[in-house]
Amino acid sequence: MSSNDVLGRTEGGDLRLVGLTKRFGAFTAVDNLDLTIPQGSFFALLGASGCGKTTTLRMVSGLEDPTAGQIFLGDAEVTDTKPYRRPVNTVFQNYALFPHLDIFENVAFGLRRRGFKSVKQPVEAMLELVELGHLAKRKPNQLSGGQQQRIALARALINQPQVLLLDEPLGALDLKLRRQMQIELKRIQTEVGLTFVHVTHDQEEAMTMADTIAVMNQGRIEQMGSPAELYENPATTFVANFLGQSNLIPGTVEGVDGDVVTVSAHGRTLTLPAARCRATSGTVILGVRPEKVQIAETEADVPSGFNSLSGTVVDTSFIGVSTQYLVNLPSGEEVSVFEQNTGRAIQRPGNEVVIYWDPSQGFGLDGTQDIEAGAVLDEEGAA
Amino acid sequence: MTTVADPSVGKAERKAVPPDHKPRRNLTPWLLLLPGLIWLTVFFLIPILTSVSASVQTGNYDDGFKLTWHWGNYAHAIKDYGTQYWHSSLYSVLTTFFCLALGYPVAYFIAFKGGKWKSLLMALVIVPSFTSFLIRTIAWETILADQGPVVHVLKSAHILSVTQALGWTTGGHVINTPAAVVCGMVYNFLPFTILPLYTSLEKIDPRLLEAGNDLYCSTFTTWRRITLPLSMPGVIGGTLLTFIPAVGDYINAQLLGNPNTGVVGQKIEDLFLRQTSGYPVGSAISVVMMVGTLVLVMSYIRKAGTEDLL
Repeated sequence: MSSNDVLGRTEGGDLRLVGLTKRFGAFTAVDNLDLTIPQGSFFALLGASGCGKTTTLRMVSGLEDPTAGQIFLGDAEVTDTKPYRRPVNTVFQNYALFPHLDIFENVAFGLRRRGFKSVKQPVEAMLELVELGHLAKRKPNQLSGGQQQRIALARALINQPQVLLLDEPLGALDLKLRRQMQIELKRIQTEVGLTFVHVTHDQEEAMTMADTIAVMNQGRIEQMGSPAELYENPATTFVANFLGQSNLIPGTVEGVDGDVVTVSAHGRTLTLPAARCRATSGTVILGVRPEKVQIAETEADVPSGFNSLSGTVVDTSFIGVSTQYLVNLPSGEEVSVFEQNTGRAIQRPGNEVVIYWDPSQGFGLDGTQDIEAGAVLDEEGAA
Repeated sequence: MTTVADPSVGKAERKAVPPDHKPRRNLTPWLLLLPGLIWLTVFFLIPILTSVSASVQTGNYDDGFKLTWHWGNYAHAIKDYGTQYWHSSLYSVLTTFFCLALGYPVAYFIAFKGGKWKSLLMALVIVPSFTSFLIRTIAWETILADQGPVVHVLKSAHILSVTQALGWTTGGHVINTPAAVVCGMVYNFLPFTILPLYTSLEKIDPRLLEAGNDLYCSTFTTWRRITLPLSMPGVIGGTLLTFIPAVGDYINAQLLGNPNTGVVGQKIEDLFLRQTSGYPVGSAISVVMMVGTLVLVMSYIRKAGTEDLL
């Protein structure tokens, strides 16, 4: 720990996890995790329940002891530091507000335990930040879920921890409130500039708030990057399916010509940029997001240089802002197409169509993976 | 008169609109309360009134007792039994204290570390009560006897000389000493302390303790700042359930004590059953004890401020 300011906050420290492992009996919850979270970033650990994200968080907070590996805050190792000695605070999933204390005392709790005499001013400032100053004298059970959530945040933030851990903080809120709180959380993070590590199973929540997302699956990190990176260029079928929706078409690599990879699938030749293809020979899974696929009536309407496949419309849902099609390929696969409502004629089920997309928007994945990975879990994630 | 609206008249008129439903609706709760009210009257109100009235009577068993409003009984009841009041208070306070000191860790352990064994462990706490109170107390005579294991251990550890110097035990005995009385009482009332404690500790969300740990509380501070305040209803309930019967208990003093450990209960029994004209003074003592306990308990609850927690 380098320089401490008034509140005991230490400056300059990335959170580093080195070879972090947690086993419960024969079950490996977190498997040899290496991760560096830069100071001041809003970092999201995204994954389905049971993927090890909460266990990772609990090890950082000290509430769970790692089986192996190390945790560093800046230069200081905190692996064996007791939770109450770590400059890390948690916003718990169920908020865990102290029911016997009023809101003021809940927020003041951390400061009082560290022996601060004058807590009135910082507590009031913190309650102002979460816009609940008028509720200082209430008890937690007199507050709504959203208010409790904000108090839980204030109670953790007031300690100015080096890292703030958020364990599914918005999970218990209804959709509208969740959206509102996402914006609020992001605003507060920007305002206070602390490192936020946010655990969630909600991919949309992660994408809205985080600078960097790590997608976890079975105790490992599948892929890490900015929301746009993960979405546009997923590394695995799990990420492609878990983060949004993907059309995945299995094929075989025909050849690599400079920065263009040629793939044959369903008797067609499709192309994609080499930089976006993670397999250079053998089987490959070609992916493209539904909103990047367009629909034409005949092959002649497809712009030159675009990838195209023909099929039959099996389902059409008009959403208003867009139309979602399900197109059956002759091979039996279904491709989703989201078409912006630009006034074009709507294709009816049974219509023979050609689907096409810009090759630069496709991505290629290692063909040996389970093509369905993460797809079923996405239902839960979107819920 | 005609232009000014009289709210009371208006209300009465409005209430009178559905005349069919009103009487029945008001009678039902009373009918439902009736069994409880009868029970309370027969087993609570009448005995108390009988006691109170007996406490101001004079007479003896042969000629009968008459209500003479003889308040002098109270003068006797208060003045002549100071030692017994002192013993009853001392033993019951000590019992409550030791029950809490022993019961809290047990309840805490079962509630937080019991896991799947919780119910079994709690059953073990209660099961001894299935045997008669009297028999269990008599069993303590054997345990604390001069040849028994307790005296043996205390003697070899040289603790007996210490307790003797403090006046808790006498002449190398444990049985028939104040210590034995308190021992028996603690044993007998321990489940009454543990049960409410367990109930309130078990209700505490363990995640609150994690939150405390996360907010700079060591294990002890977490207990002090979070667990203890949240378990206060259990502490108050448990101590009351122990203290109230302990004040009136005389079996332990009778079986495990000596003539110098007399408590109020023994005196009341003696006055009621063995003295021909003791009935009124015995009743007066009962009333004094009841009022005294009530005042103590009320001020205790007021001071502990449980309204907020319960």
